This record gives sequence, C-alpha cells and structure tokens, in this order.
Amino acid sequence: LSSGSEVSLSHSNMSESAKPHHPSPQGKGEKSHGGDFSYVGIDAILEQMRRKAMKQGFELNLMVVGQSGLGKSTLMNTLFKSKVSRNKSVQSNPEERIPKTVEIKSISHDIEEKGVRMKLTVIDTPGFGDQINNENCWQPIMKFINDQYEAYLQEEININRKKRIPDSRVHCCIYFIPPTGHCLRPLDVEFMRRLSKVVNIVPVIAKADTLTLEERDSFKQTIREELRANGIDVYPQKEFDEDAEDRMINDKIREMIPFAVVGSDQEYQVNGKRLLGRKTKWGTIEVENIAHCEFAYLRDLLIRTHMQNIKDITGSIHYETYRVRRLNESNGHLESLLGSLPVKRATVFW
Amino acid sequence: MDAIMLQEKLVERLLCPRVRTARQKEKQYVGFATLPNQVHRKSVKKGFDFTLMVAGESGMGKSTLVNSLFLTDLYKDRKLLNAEERINQTVEIIKHTVDIEEKGVKLKLTIVDTPGFGDAVNNNECWKPITDYIDQQFEQYFRDESGLNRKNIQDNRVHCCLYFIPPFGHGLRPVDVEFMKALHEKVNIIPLIAKADCLTPNEIKKLKDRIREEIDKFGIKVYQFPECDSDEDEEFKQLDKELKECTPFAVIGSNTVVEARGQRVRGRLYPWGIVEVENQSHCDFVKLRNMLIRSHMHDLKDVTCDVHYENYRAQCIQEMTSKLAQDNRMESPIPILPLSTPDADTEKLIKMKDEELKRMQEMLNKMQQQMHDKDQ
Repeated sequence: LSSGSEVSLSHSNMSESAKPHHPSPQGKGEKSHGGDFSYVGIDAILEQMRRKAMKQGFELNLMVVGQSGLGKSTLMNTLFKSKVSRNKSVQSNPEERIPKTVEIKSISHDIEEKGVRMKLTVIDTPGFGDQINNENCWQPIMKFINDQYEAYLQEEININRKKRIPDSRVHCCIYFIPPTGHCLRPLDVEFMRRLSKVVNIVPVIAKADTLTLEERDSFKQTIREELRANGIDVYPQKEFDEDAEDRMINDKIREMIPFAVVGSDQEYQVNGKRLLGRKTKWGTIEVENIAHCEFAYLRDLLIRTHMQNIKDITGSIHYETYRVRRLNESNGHLESLLGSLPVKRATVFW
Repeated sequence: MDAIMLQEKLVERLLCPRVRTARQKEKQYVGFATLPNQVHRKSVKKGFDFTLMVAGESGMGKSTLVNSLFLTDLYKDRKLLNAEERINQTVEIIKHTVDIEEKGVKLKLTIVDTPGFGDAVNNNECWKPITDYIDQQFEQYFRDESGLNRKNIQDNRVHCCLYFIPPFGHGLRPVDVEFMKALHEKVNIIPLIAKADCLTPNEIKKLKDRIREEIDKFGIKVYQFPECDSDEDEEFKQLDKELKECTPFAVIGSNTVVEARGQRVRGRLYPWGIVEVENQSHCDFVKLRNMLIRSHMHDLKDVTCDVHYENYRAQCIQEMTSKLAQDNRMESPIPILPLSTPDADTEKLIKMKDEELKRMQEMLNKMQQQMHDKDQ
C-alpha cells in the first residue's frame, strides 16, 4: 500500500528543505565565488546521507494505547492520511468486541511521499482498560516492548549479523486519555508511570471536541501537574535535551502537552475548501485548524519535526538501558548470551 | 405540530381533569368529579418528594446535568480528588437535598451521588455499595411500615437511577452491563448517553441502536414508559412513540449562559459553534427533563413502590418465614447444651419479638389474600 500525500517529511538533523538540490562537489552556489581555496566540500556529505537514507527508506513503529472507542484508529488514519489501522469488522456485542485480555496487533504499511519511503507499523492494543478489573493490563504491553528490545539485542550480538537490523522496537507510544475534564484516572497514572521508563510516551487527550477551550486548558494543567507529581517523564523528556536550542523548542512543547486531538477521515466543504472534519448540528470541527484542536501540533511533533529524535532516543537511551540491564543480568552466564564466540570477539564486544 | 406544544399538551393532560362532554353534563351532578382536584390541592399542600440517584464514572457530566435539570447548584463546595487520591478511593454514597418550589408546588429533591464508581483500576463489584444502599432504604421503609407509629414515615427509597454511559465506546462495556443487571430489579434505571456533544448525529443514532440491542440481548430491564391508553388521541400517541424511540437519551448539560442567535441560552461555547442544551435538534436534554419531571415523575414513584419495593418486601418476608420454619424444626431435637434461665428483660424482648413475628405473619397472610382476591 503506498499513498502519495501532502505531508512533507523533514529530518531534524539535516537540512530543513525537502527540495532536492543537485549534488555537486562544488557545493552551494553562494560560497563558490572566484577561488575555491577555502571551500573543501564537507557539507556535501549531507546530500550523500540524504540519498542513502532515501534509498534505504525509514521505519517507524507507533503503538497506540487507550480504551476502546477513543478514536485511536481514526487518529492514525488521519495522521498518515491513509487507512493504516487494523480493519475492524463491525462486532455486534461487547463479548466479541472487547477481548478478555489485552492483545497486541501489529499492522505494517509501506507509504511513500516525494520519493521517501517509510515502513510504518501501527501496533494496536485492543482490550486495554476495557475490563471491569484492569489490574496488570499493562503487562502484555510491557512484555511486547521488551520482547522487541530483546529481538534487537539478539541480532546485535550475533556473529553474523545483518547489515541493517530490522527495527521492530516501539519508537513511540501514544496514550489516549479520555476527555473527562477532571484529572487522570488511576489506570492512566499506573500505565504511564511504568511505561515511561521503557518507551517514549506521548499522551493525548482523545475526542477533545467535548471540551470547551477553558475546560481544555484547565484539564491540561491538571494533567501536567499530576504527571509531575507522579514523576512521569513523557516525551520530550527534559533530561534528554541536547542543547539550549533543543531545550527551548522542547520547553514550548512541554507547555502544550498533552495535545487535545480530534480525528476524522471524512471531508467536508468549509468556506469553499474541502477539509477533514466532523460535522455536527452546531458547526463543523476542522481537524487541521489549530483554533479548533491540536491535531496539527501532534502531527508536526510526530512526523515533521521530532520523528528522528524519537527514534534516536528509543535507540540510544531506552534500548541501551534495556541492553545494559540484560547484560548485567546474564553476567555470570556470558556464554549463554554470546553463544560459543571466540575470545577475541568477546573482548572487542566489551 | 410544534414539539413544545405537544409537550405542553402532555403536561396538561396529566395535571388537569378532563373536560366533561355535553352528554355527561345532562346527568344529575353528584360532585365527586372534583375528587382529583381535592387530591391535587391536598398534595400541593403536603408537597412531593423525589429521590434521584446518579451513577457513572467521574467526568461524565453528572453534576452538571443534575444542576441543569433542576436549575440549582448542588455541588458548590465539592472538592474533586486528584489522581493519587483516587487510587485508594472506594465507592461512596453522598446525598444532597434541596427544596424547590415552583408555582406553589413544593418538591423535596434528594440526589444520591456515587463518587468513585468505575474509577479504580479494579472495579470488581464496585456497584455493591450502591445495591447495599438501595436495599437499606427498602429495609428502613419496611421497618417503618410495619412499625406502630406510621404517621411520619420518611420515604428515602430511590425512585430513579440515571446511569451515564460514556459516548466514547461502541456500545455497552462490561461494567455497564454488570451494573445495570445488578440494579435493574431494585430501581428504575434510565440509561443516558453522556457528553453527547462529541458525537455527530449519525454516530448518536448508531450508538443508540447498538445500546438498545445490547440491553435486549443481555436481558436488562430498564425503566419502560407506560403504554398509552387506547383512548388517547393520535398526537399524544405519536409523541409517546417518539419518546420511546429516542432512548437512551443523549444528553448535554450546562450551567453557563451564552449568546446564540441573538438570544441568551444555556449552552457550551466552542470555537466551531455553540451547543444549545435546550435545543431539541442538538440533544435530548429537553426530552429527559420533560419525561423525568413533567410527565413521568409520579409513575417512577409508583413503579418503585408497586414493583421494586414489593419485590424486596416479598423476598424479605419469605426469608423470614423460611427462617422461622427452620427454627421451629430445630426445637424438636433434645438440646445438647443446658438452657440458661433467661432474665426478665430478655423475656420481655423475646415476647415483643414473638408478637412482631406474629404480626408479620398476619400481614403476609393478608397480602396473600389480597393477591388471591386480585386474581379472582
């Protein structure tokens, strides 16, 4: 499944523009006036990296967690402007609709835009929070995330390992908070507290078209305070800000989370334009209008500006934490972990 | 015909006696046709009472709806718990009472709130405190009714329970089904779709259909509107039919007044438009209010007294008599332990209890006789 859409991808550590410019050893035009004695051409590497990345394509693994009916599938479809969520047949009663335990369902799609290919995997968690007794409903999810780290670790310590290890690690977990307007529920706190330690969590207020602007602001403030009070570090985590510039940008985002989102896969005519929205008797909610809801901010964060950063943090921090823990655990059983490796290789590895 | 006018007609019909036809006027006038008026006057003097329970997860807009329905502010001093405090919260029962007077009619309204319901991570049997409360009220009334001084019996029985179903799901959740099944034989349940302003008209229709289907499927007995008498006119029947097809009501509540279409209305102001609470094309608030207060309040009380309370009472008496029978049977075998001689006080107590039991038996016999007569 490949779909062309208007979303333009950009990478945070590469040039902002998505327009391809012709690679030339001479570099950019402005600098090469007259003698090129001062210009080496190192910046051309950016272009080379870019071409390689375009050839390779990108992988993104997003997990969505929240009670049934909060609009998770619709939001994913809206974010990527195509049907990327799992196909749900119309179930006729709660017994069929709500699984007894939390299931993990992954769906992958290859999407393409302006020559950039992405393998997007949406991991759904039906059954979360839907039972009467939801104790430990986060366990299957924790297990799944750790299993992906384990799979990656196993590949990594292999003797003959692949050039590009397939990355099934969960890069980001979007947690859907129901728009009650009061505060976080015990289930929300329990889940986020546990999972913010192993994966990037982006909390969003689901179906936010039921909150007026004041209710939304006070709800967000309450949520931020409660996250702080419970020591829950959601993405972007303060401790991973790289420099002052990063901190400035991320501080602005931290003032706004959780984003209050509304999703839709239907278009309506508004002021002569066709827009994604929800039509009610008292007005039409435009999904991409920032005066109506914060979907655009979420999309920018996840896709346009921070996508690479999210993957970096998953790889260099969450995964490394897991790896260190695992290697420390099996310290006494090094052989079992590394298999029968020659001593030389073992030294290099350590 | 205008929906509001139809509603007014409905109200009229229920409060005022019918106009006599010309033919009846010809007969000799005795005068007992004024009885309804006399009852009316007496009730107005005495005043009415009504106990309404609201149940549902926190954040469903229960308090706002109650305030909107009765135009009061019952929850002024409420302090909401934060997430940490909620982790150890159990389901509580909190009563708010308010006296409302309108056009000379007094209503003592009691709202029974159930904070903590469905909020915990483990909600097993979270409805138990609620069923216990309802049973306690029945038990209290039973005791009072069987007692000697029956002049000032306080009726604290719950006449109606509004159950708030979240609009986010695709139908009933397990906790909704279990709650309603635990309570449908103890109280009149009226399920509502809460915060309906997050649904488009299509979504509301689908959700209502789904919920009605599931209520049928699980055998949940929600409050049924009484059937129209066959001699009612067509518009009344039509109105009644519309009301029944509209359940469960999709409601929105608000206590803030906003300006819409040049008028001041109660509503919610969004960047994309204004939701008017009393606009029937926006939500079913008006239908709920009319049904709950203006047309069916009395029927709700009647069903509570005639069906739910009687069920409880019959069950209670049955348990007592079966226990008595058991005790009687046990008297025949020789007691192993020596019987201690009871002192005077205990003797008196035993005698009183015996008399009470005898009275209960008599009442049970009378009730059985009544049922027998009714069947004839």
